[in-house]
Amino acid sequence: MGENPISIHVLGICSALAITTKIDTAVVMTIAVVAVLSISNVVISFLRNNIPNKVRIIIQMSVIASLVIIADQVLKAYMYDMSKLLGVFLGLIITNCIVLGRAEAYAMQNSPSKALLDGMGNGLGYGSILIAVAFFRELFGFGSIYGAQVITNQIYLGGYENNGLMILSPGAFFILGLIVWAHRAYTGTSDKH
Amino acid sequence: MQHYINIIINSVFIENILLIYFLGMCSFLSISKKVETSIGLGLAVIFVLSITAPANWAINEYLLAEGALSWAGLGHINLDFLQFIVFISVIAAMVQLVEMLMDRFSPALYVNLGIFLPLITVNCSILGTSLFLVERDYNLAESTVFGFGSGLGFFLAIVSLATVRKRMRYSDVPSSLRGVGMAMLLTGLISMAFLGFSGISL
Repeated sequence: MGENPISIHVLGICSALAITTKIDTAVVMTIAVVAVLSISNVVISFLRNNIPNKVRIIIQMSVIASLVIIADQVLKAYMYDMSKLLGVFLGLIITNCIVLGRAEAYAMQNSPSKALLDGMGNGLGYGSILIAVAFFRELFGFGSIYGAQVITNQIYLGGYENNGLMILSPGAFFILGLIVWAHRAYTGTSDKH
Repeated sequence: MQHYINIIINSVFIENILLIYFLGMCSFLSISKKVETSIGLGLAVIFVLSITAPANWAINEYLLAEGALSWAGLGHINLDFLQFIVFISVIAAMVQLVEMLMDRFSPALYVNLGIFLPLITVNCSILGTSLFLVERDYNLAESTVFGFGSGLGFFLAIVSLATVRKRMRYSDVPSSLRGVGMAMLLTGLISMAFLGFSGISL
């Protein structure tokens, strides 16, 4: 967690923001990323001594892309509505910098079992931020948590209104910015500018 | 003609690929520290998007989509599921090709844009644009215009963030908010401004 891929290294936020308006999409996305990341780490780690250095990026890409296709097909087969909601963003796991980044930085040098743990750890770290962002956006944007209404009608009658900005894109940027701030203040890392 | 202008306006302002769809955030945040480099990356993205969008459109139309192989007498084959892997390879190959052509014919441009080109392969905005093309059923002309428009939107967003960040250097930001945290909040504000464009159409 101290080396969280999103809040410390700022990798892979492309897809992190678009699907976090509700917690359930964020959870499905997390599962997909954890699966793709750990399997791709293991596969690349097994292949690491046979991959020529010059074409390694292409090979890593094709391994990742094949895994994403599998994830996409599984989702289409068993959770069709969810796959419609995630739309193109599931495909964008391929270009998620975390997956390629871990393959390049870790799986190429380490044994499969270590790479598996690394993949799962990074995937879960990524997911925890996704779910945190989704939690706030759903709570303030829809007044619910994981689909269950927590802000009751009485509060609405008292003049409370859902914050529409949270569902739109700026809300995601603000929440993520604040989370990064909080996490960095806690771990004490900072940039120069 | 008006239709195409509408697509450009839509992809630059209303559905900006960065600010509304969050595609290409990684390079957006890491390259926006200096205005000059952000202009370089922005131009490279416009360039690559205008080439890969029609290329991927053609591949999808004639090779992958349902019934696309009917010209070869294989109308019943649907290679839809290969989209991701084919698109990403086309993008990687195109970027490599553009890099080599640029090196050969315009060394000056290569020196300026060259270092950004490899980064572009893993830029989500490129793959995202190709996937949007398919989802929205654009034709050849529309996808070329859409690719160019998305690139322009990316350029506009990254250059404006770089300019704002340059100003931020003189202000006193809390130490753990510096860098990415602040960039996110600024992007949120820019994105809010862009929401003001929604609803415009010709």
